[in-house]
Amino acid sequence: MSNRTRSDFGSQDLTELRRKLAGSSGPQYWRSLEELAGTEEFERYLHREFPEQASEWHDPVGRRQFLQLMGASLALAGVSGCVVRPEDKLVPYVKAPEQIVPGKPLFYASTAVHEGYGTGILVESHLGRPTKVEGNPTHPASLGASDLFTQASILNLYDPDRSQAVTYNGRVSSWDAFLNAMIELRTAQLASKGAGVRFLSGTVTSPTVVRLMDQVLGPKFFPQARWHQYEPVGHANRREGVRLATGVDAEAVHHIDQADVVVSLDADFLGWGPAKLVNARQLTARREPGPDNKSPIRLYVVEPSPTITGATADHRWPLSTEEIQSLAATLARAVGVNGLPAAADELKAPWVATLVADLQKSKGKSLVIAGETQAPAVHALAHAINAALGNVGHTVTYHEPVAASAPAGQSGSIADLADDIRAGRVETLFILGTNPVYDAPIELGFAPSGSDSTELLLKVRTVVHLGLYNDETGQVSTWHIPEAHFLESWGDARAFDGTASIMQPLISPLYSGRTAAELLSVVVDGSPLPSRSLVEATWRANQSDADFSAFWSKTLHDGVVAGSAAKPKDVSVKSLADLAWPKVGTGKYEILFRPDPTIWDGSFSNNGWLQELPKPMTRVVWDNPALISKKTADNEGVKDGDVIKLTMGGRILKVPVWINPGHAEDAITLTLGYGRNEEAGYHGRVGAGAGFNTYSLRSLNDFWAGRGVLVEKTGETYPLYSTQGHNTMVGRDLIRTATHTDYAHNPHIGPAGHAPAGHEAAVGNEHDAAASPHDQSEETGIVAHGANPPKNLIGFEYPEPMQRRNDGFGNRWGMSINLNACIGCAACVVACQAENNIPVVGKDQVGRGREMHWLRIDRYYATASRDAEPSANPATHFQPVPCMHCETAPCEMVCPVEATSHSAEGLNEMTYNRCVGTRYCSNNCPYKVRRFNFFQYSDQLTESLKLQRNPDVSVRTRGVMEKCTYCVQRLTKARIEAQIKSPDGFEFVSGDSVATACQQACPTRAIVFGNMNDPKSAVAKAKVDPRNYSLLAELNTRPRTTYLAKLTNPNTAIEA
Amino acid sequence: MAQVVSTHGHSHEGNGHSHSEILGGHQSYTTVTDTISDVVLKRPLGKAWLFGFAIAFALLMMFLFAITNLLVRGIGIWGVNIPVGWGFDIVNFVWWIGIGHAGTLISAILLLLKQDWRTSINRFAEAMTLFAVACAGLYPLMHMGRPWLFYWLAPMPNTMALWPQFRSPLVFDVFAVSTYATVSLLFWYVGLIPDLATLRDRATNPIVKKLYAIPALGWRGSAIHWHRYRTAYLLLAGIATPLVVSVHTIVALDFTTGIIPGWHTTVFPPYFVAGAIFSGFAMVATLAIPLRSYFGLKDYITDKHLDNMAKVMLVTGLIVTYGYMIEGFMAWYGANTYERYQMLVDRPFGAYKHDWWLLILCNCVMTQLLWFKSIRNNVILLWLISIVINVGMWLERYVIVVLSLHSDFLPSSWGMYHGTVWDYMTFYGSIGLFMTLMFLFVRVLPAISIAEMRELVHELHERDEAKTHATPPAARTV
Repeated sequence: MSNRTRSDFGSQDLTELRRKLAGSSGPQYWRSLEELAGTEEFERYLHREFPEQASEWHDPVGRRQFLQLMGASLALAGVSGCVVRPEDKLVPYVKAPEQIVPGKPLFYASTAVHEGYGTGILVESHLGRPTKVEGNPTHPASLGASDLFTQASILNLYDPDRSQAVTYNGRVSSWDAFLNAMIELRTAQLASKGAGVRFLSGTVTSPTVVRLMDQVLGPKFFPQARWHQYEPVGHANRREGVRLATGVDAEAVHHIDQADVVVSLDADFLGWGPAKLVNARQLTARREPGPDNKSPIRLYVVEPSPTITGATADHRWPLSTEEIQSLAATLARAVGVNGLPAAADELKAPWVATLVADLQKSKGKSLVIAGETQAPAVHALAHAINAALGNVGHTVTYHEPVAASAPAGQSGSIADLADDIRAGRVETLFILGTNPVYDAPIELGFAPSGSDSTELLLKVRTVVHLGLYNDETGQVSTWHIPEAHFLESWGDARAFDGTASIMQPLISPLYSGRTAAELLSVVVDGSPLPSRSLVEATWRANQSDADFSAFWSKTLHDGVVAGSAAKPKDVSVKSLADLAWPKVGTGKYEILFRPDPTIWDGSFSNNGWLQELPKPMTRVVWDNPALISKKTADNEGVKDGDVIKLTMGGRILKVPVWINPGHAEDAITLTLGYGRNEEAGYHGRVGAGAGFNTYSLRSLNDFWAGRGVLVEKTGETYPLYSTQGHNTMVGRDLIRTATHTDYAHNPHIGPAGHAPAGHEAAVGNEHDAAASPHDQSEETGIVAHGANPPKNLIGFEYPEPMQRRNDGFGNRWGMSINLNACIGCAACVVACQAENNIPVVGKDQVGRGREMHWLRIDRYYATASRDAEPSANPATHFQPVPCMHCETAPCEMVCPVEATSHSAEGLNEMTYNRCVGTRYCSNNCPYKVRRFNFFQYSDQLTESLKLQRNPDVSVRTRGVMEKCTYCVQRLTKARIEAQIKSPDGFEFVSGDSVATACQQACPTRAIVFGNMNDPKSAVAKAKVDPRNYSLLAELNTRPRTTYLAKLTNPNTAIEA
Repeated sequence: MAQVVSTHGHSHEGNGHSHSEILGGHQSYTTVTDTISDVVLKRPLGKAWLFGFAIAFALLMMFLFAITNLLVRGIGIWGVNIPVGWGFDIVNFVWWIGIGHAGTLISAILLLLKQDWRTSINRFAEAMTLFAVACAGLYPLMHMGRPWLFYWLAPMPNTMALWPQFRSPLVFDVFAVSTYATVSLLFWYVGLIPDLATLRDRATNPIVKKLYAIPALGWRGSAIHWHRYRTAYLLLAGIATPLVVSVHTIVALDFTTGIIPGWHTTVFPPYFVAGAIFSGFAMVATLAIPLRSYFGLKDYITDKHLDNMAKVMLVTGLIVTYGYMIEGFMAWYGANTYERYQMLVDRPFGAYKHDWWLLILCNCVMTQLLWFKSIRNNVILLWLISIVINVGMWLERYVIVVLSLHSDFLPSSWGMYHGTVWDYMTFYGSIGLFMTLMFLFVRVLPAISIAEMRELVHELHERDEAKTHATPPAARTV
């Protein structure tokens, strides 16, 4: 029944119905009250074949007519097929665009922005579309490396769910309409000197935005407006710590390469912060044995929640946030910092004295770093300790601040903004690229919550939101403007040390996005200037046209503004007696908020690569479970995937748990960035529905850590998927480690087979400890893969062409992965995914064991002593596993159609076209590095994603096996170039003139690759390193990928 | 028809069975012909047959549905993954191929060994072989990622000059299974020709007569026909005999050529062959027991037959058990970390321990019951044990395929495998295909060889006479 009849019935008289019922006898059967009433409409309805709105075809179509129509249709279809199309001619460019050769990519220097800071990048561009981001070697924050976010940013650029249109109150509008509205608004606000105007941005280091902001807040425009900054994962404590310690605003820069002893107070300096790539490079350089590294670095880490920095440490202890505060105070007292706050406790632990002794032994060559998650007071103590140890000027230097804070008196926190909005003082709010409705502290009311159901932003008359996504904030804003991605905009940013670099667009904005500078230019200039002229105007300064032109092209080419690093600043640590010492909360459990290792604060939640990237420590994908220790789990009677209910300050979050070995007891880590969904206004198809919104518990007071959380077991379970189900090596000799002392005694630790200390791992390895590699080779027939490969191997399957290569002719590809340098950051995994068109399969498919990563990072735990609870504080080891390119590859002989075969240069090649998908090769691969397309995983329909793909790599279809190729497309390119350069067409790729994608991304240069036939190449040198060993060498697979054993530098005075 | 020329009548003295053991009742040529051909020609469609056929056919339709979905969506609908790249597909393949072994063994090897008790079970054992091989042959096709390219596994001249890779055991498989299927089909068909002629002669419906006449190839039962028939049949038996050993050996090579702990072992080929015969006889018993009861063929498939089959099961079951022991022993003795873990830790105590212990229970423990004559002669118990063996042999392949793959060398890549609903639908569906074909077979073709049974009647009669007259057996050679 349609609504119409339903409403007609409403007019029926009930007495009429009763009358009809009364007048009949026997049971009456009726279908509806309309029938019962016998209305005319119902009678009509009954006799109609079709519903009333449906039209009826009254013309009778006879057989003849039908044939006529069909015939005519066919004839017409034929006619239209024969239309003479306008003649198209394929002609070459009369004037070819500069430098463009189809098939040859171009690289442009630009800048990626993460956490507000810039990192130099080189972007690969194929015929005008950027496909891959690499680090810029000349940029001080990159040094040629990149992190996983930079690598994955290319996918964000092509994200089909990005905001594509200006909206006004949720309806599609236009940029012109917005400009008209802005002109009115500007005029109105100019009169009131901008008293009702507020700006909200994240951390800003862009000189152009700062310049425009200064103008906007200057006397000419809106002197009474205020600029607020808020980052859900920012650097406020770090900055405040320096201010507390020194009284001035300054940027502390750490020089880990100058340090012999580093103590991290919950500082994840390898995975967080604008200098993480540099830190990683410097730290691993000091861990490598060698003549120029007489005293290898020793790293102590205390942290509640395991991080890759803790995994890299020589000593790591899980401590609660309060214990870390106490440790800071204890260390400060011990090294003689004067005037400590009285409230600070001592930490009593057996190793503290040894730690202090180690620090004091290395005065001027030690470094204490406090993490952002620690209170500013702890940072202040860290600075004081460094000063007391004479480290300032050596391992830590102070510079002019890099990130902009709005001019004095105008800076304000997001809490002030919330107060202003509540008090009705805000008429117009510009939100520049942030998403407060999702990620602001929950008690401020930006998000609708139980107590206050109106969202705060609805109280502001005009909210202008600039964002990559029309997200939770965009949905409740008056105007939403699509933001240009950094790969499609002009801009600039500063690195951790203040070095500026220019952002240049690689493609014109896909969705007409605008930059923050353009938006501010509306206020300053009345109508927006192009962003390029805005950036140029910043850097032109007083240069003449000619000077500027030269400067500009050099800067763009190099990707760095020469000499722009922040100036050193003389600071001195003042007395800390009146330091406000953080109060210790009450409550059994400590709750910790941490950025998610892969999707960060949520800004990457619609990035499939990062969603599917296993979290470095837990290997969990697509979710953010609450991390707890084994003991805590036992106490609460929960196991992986059991849902617990957390109640904190009246707010409730249900979240599944995941047991994380090495986690502090009685602490719960929640990572940010998940739990976004349609109802909240989030429209990302990838990220919607994944994980749990931990922001819903996060308040200003408990920003990083807090107590007073109530934990209840719910009895529910939730599917959590990890890509690694087994965490120990079950006594197998997979990752070999030794201490620097052992190494000095006998450097041949690789083939000798040291397994990491641990009762499981130690089984059966004792006799190997003294064996030299020579002994090993006699026993097993395996010879180290050095410059002299063995000849005439029994069972060697490709004797002729391979033998020529083995004799030194041409290229013999090989890879070496230095486990000593690997920090498990996973940049290589994302780089591989970007380079090789590797599809994303989704949570369900990962749960079925079908992730597609060609390169994975295995993470194993080892426990030092038999007595300890194995998961309390295990050593963590990472091992990147790409295809081994075995010389006697087990996969090759079992393929019935020879779809996987061996190249003369030693590559184990996969011919997708020939593959029929029996999967025997994968079954027979001892390293399980092969990946199978169980379904059509590659998205072949979404247009924007097609642009991202690397044109040099096939996009695989359903039913085909794939695996690491050593980036064969890069090798081919290098070979061709070598051939062109060589006078006799000799295809010898010398030295290190080729790099795989994983190698190029690696911040610590753990991966080296090249032609082993060139004795000068890094890989040839690595292969003769005494630490070199093959994984599962006893299988005689003769892998071309080998590993360098890991070295640790434990303090022998500390027991385990 | 009386002039049956026996080639082996003279040799029955030593191992000859008494009349009642392998042929019950008082059988003459007429009773044999009537009883067996009436099942096909006279007997109306019974309710039980219809009911059974309906179930089998429904399963077959489910099979078609599952395969259609597989082809449309891809093998991701199954539970296979990395590291366990093979699952139900290969398990079922090996299981079916194994079942198929009994037919050829009974037909060929027992024929050559002149075991006359094979006569009444060889026909449907051969049919079972064919149908089992048909089921088996589908799995390697279905398990491919791109099944439409299956012909790339065959050596075909092509412009790209591409050949299959002959080092791969999967290519051996193609040859082994297709040869086996061809020879089995020929063997079965040649054996059927005299019976088809009998059915042609006895059929009253002209259409049915015609239908039997075509495949009977104009058989008239002349001495020349019989002579050539005998020669061909023996030659085929000779060809088929090595296949009994070769097919499952090659299937075993699918695993042994791999380097995966649990696969890479030399004991596989003999123990796979034994296992195949083990499961094959179990399947014959599973089918024969209800068949003889339903169609009233107890005089032809006697308790002696069942007893003999039970003995074969016992012997092959012991060989299989020995294989398991050797696997475990070699893993320990070989001191290979990975093999030790797989054989001595993961299988008995790991994530799949229930499957492993159930396998031991079915194949090793339950088989020991067959030592007892009372159990061998208890039809119901024997039938149940034969089903248990079928389950056990399926589990054996599951353990070999899945458990070996799920925990190999690098603990980081260990994973779990579970069949999905589509795996089960495909498995039960293939049982539906098998059952449908069996149901049709017993309705349209003589389930017991009429010609050979008549020959048996003749021989037993001769033997009885020889005993009565105490004369030496006549040397009635051709």
